[in-house]
Amino acid sequence: MSTERLTVRKTYKLYIGGAFPRSESGRSYVINDGQGGFLANASRASRKDVRDGVTAARKAFPGWSARTPYNRGQILYRVAEMLEGRRAQFVAELRDTGLGKNAATEEVDEAIDRWVWYAGWADKLAAVLGSANPVAGPFFNLSTPEPTGVVGVIAPDSPLLGLVSVIAPAIISGNTCVVVASEPAPLPAITLAEVLATSDLPGGVVNLLTGHRAELAPWLASHLDVNALDLAGASADLTVECERAAAENLKRVLRPAESDWTADPGLTRMKAFLETKTIWHPIGL
Amino acid sequence: MVPTFTLPQLPGVDQVGAEERAARLATRSIKTTAKAQAIDLAITMVDLTTLEGADTPGKVRALCAKAAHPGGDAPRVAAVCVYPDLVATAVRALHGTGIGVASVATAFPSGRAPLEAKLIDTRLAVEDGATEIDMVIDRGAFLSGDLQKVYDEIVAIKSECRQAHLKVILETGELVTYDNVRKASWLAMLAGADFIKTSTGKVSPAATLPVTLVMLEAVRDFRAEQGRQVGVKAAGGIRTAKDAIRYLVLVNETAGPDWLTPQWFRLGASSLLNDLLMQRQKLSTGAYSGPDYVTLD
Repeated sequence: MSTERLTVRKTYKLYIGGAFPRSESGRSYVINDGQGGFLANASRASRKDVRDGVTAARKAFPGWSARTPYNRGQILYRVAEMLEGRRAQFVAELRDTGLGKNAATEEVDEAIDRWVWYAGWADKLAAVLGSANPVAGPFFNLSTPEPTGVVGVIAPDSPLLGLVSVIAPAIISGNTCVVVASEPAPLPAITLAEVLATSDLPGGVVNLLTGHRAELAPWLASHLDVNALDLAGASADLTVECERAAAENLKRVLRPAESDWTADPGLTRMKAFLETKTIWHPIGL
Repeated sequence: MVPTFTLPQLPGVDQVGAEERAARLATRSIKTTAKAQAIDLAITMVDLTTLEGADTPGKVRALCAKAAHPGGDAPRVAAVCVYPDLVATAVRALHGTGIGVASVATAFPSGRAPLEAKLIDTRLAVEDGATEIDMVIDRGAFLSGDLQKVYDEIVAIKSECRQAHLKVILETGELVTYDNVRKASWLAMLAGADFIKTSTGKVSPAATLPVTLVMLEAVRDFRAEQGRQVGVKAAGGIRTAKDAIRYLVLVNETAGPDWLTPQWFRLGASSLLNDLLMQRQKLSTGAYSGPDYVTLD
């Protein structure tokens, strides 16, 4: 018996509605490692994959946003547990992108910690961002944060830490999202999708596409069923184009500002995808 | 006295062939201007349908308003399809629009009622102003081989319809084989049907492409042999513009372009219209539309 095994290589596909389909277009593009050698083929999504992703995200929105914040926090924590279990795999994948062993390990650890940090915010957002307002009349006046809806995310090039730093704040409050992963380093995003698929996160809450940003982002920005847009990974030109398209139905747009993903994220990203509902309730009835 | 009925010798349906051909035609690519035309044509062929136990006059009026003004410069639909007791409401709401009012009748969807009840059901709907009657055949009688009973019933209902068009629902999901679909199609046409319709929408599977293919072949062959043109209505489970366009391709390639008008081909649907309108918006604005930009059903 031969001791030589056949190599079993992974097919990197998209993640839409909880399933892993190939791109509708059948296209792929070559991903190189740090030295410029061939690493793998990734799916090159088309505008129809964007549309399918938005449809899946819209379908998942009512269920995900109706869950209790506590439950969402638990599910996100479960994701962190799964991330931890695949730590070695993520380190290896980050090293393939050209990072050294220490740098890769550090980034994976920070990404998991970031995810846990956001998971903890689930049941605290309403207390911190909501308020009981004093009004001149016999009313309770309460403001509560509510999810915006479907968020389109152009993920930054930081292949794991940047990616989790844009996904977690969008979904923790009950939004669902369609994410265009880093163009040069999309493979950790698909591995992250495998984590999401196996950790009680309902299908469609996160939809991950790989491909060319300049090709996909404008379709996401102009889609009338997308409610908000995170342009973290968009170039200056692409940002202008996307903002113009997003103006059509007044999407909330988060423009690229920070680039240091290791810094304390604060509440900015979570706040960006919340709307505040204020209710008046008569006192004494 | 109804004459004794004999079904002509019909060749069997090649099941694999029918399914392969339907699947092949479904891959036909319809884009840009052809797609825009197909979408508008599909809208004019829609029988906008509401057949729920919870239907109210208000819901029917809203549906009629949508049928007459689907949104933007979209064309009107062909007809509104309701239960018999809501026909009068729909007739009032659609007065002057030129849109037909179709009513299901004959103990829809099961058809399990005495003939007298079915006749009265039909007569009352016609008297209320229904321009089209969608009857169901007695599948129990058909499957037990009593074709004469099915035939007699269609003839009797047809005479109750007077000027109203008669659509005969075969409920293909319960007929089991394509051979039965072909037989039932011919039986209905010989009995005087103006349209043959795939399904009630209450049984799964409802309309499928191969079943519609078999029915389209039947109306084509029937015209060639008997000289009378009969329409086809596909109903149930057609929800997306893509599905609708597949049916249009099937009509064109099977029965021929003569059938490619609302007079001879209909799509029975409710949520389909919204998807057609969203696709229409996508074509005119270049951006994907969403359910927020069409009316709720």
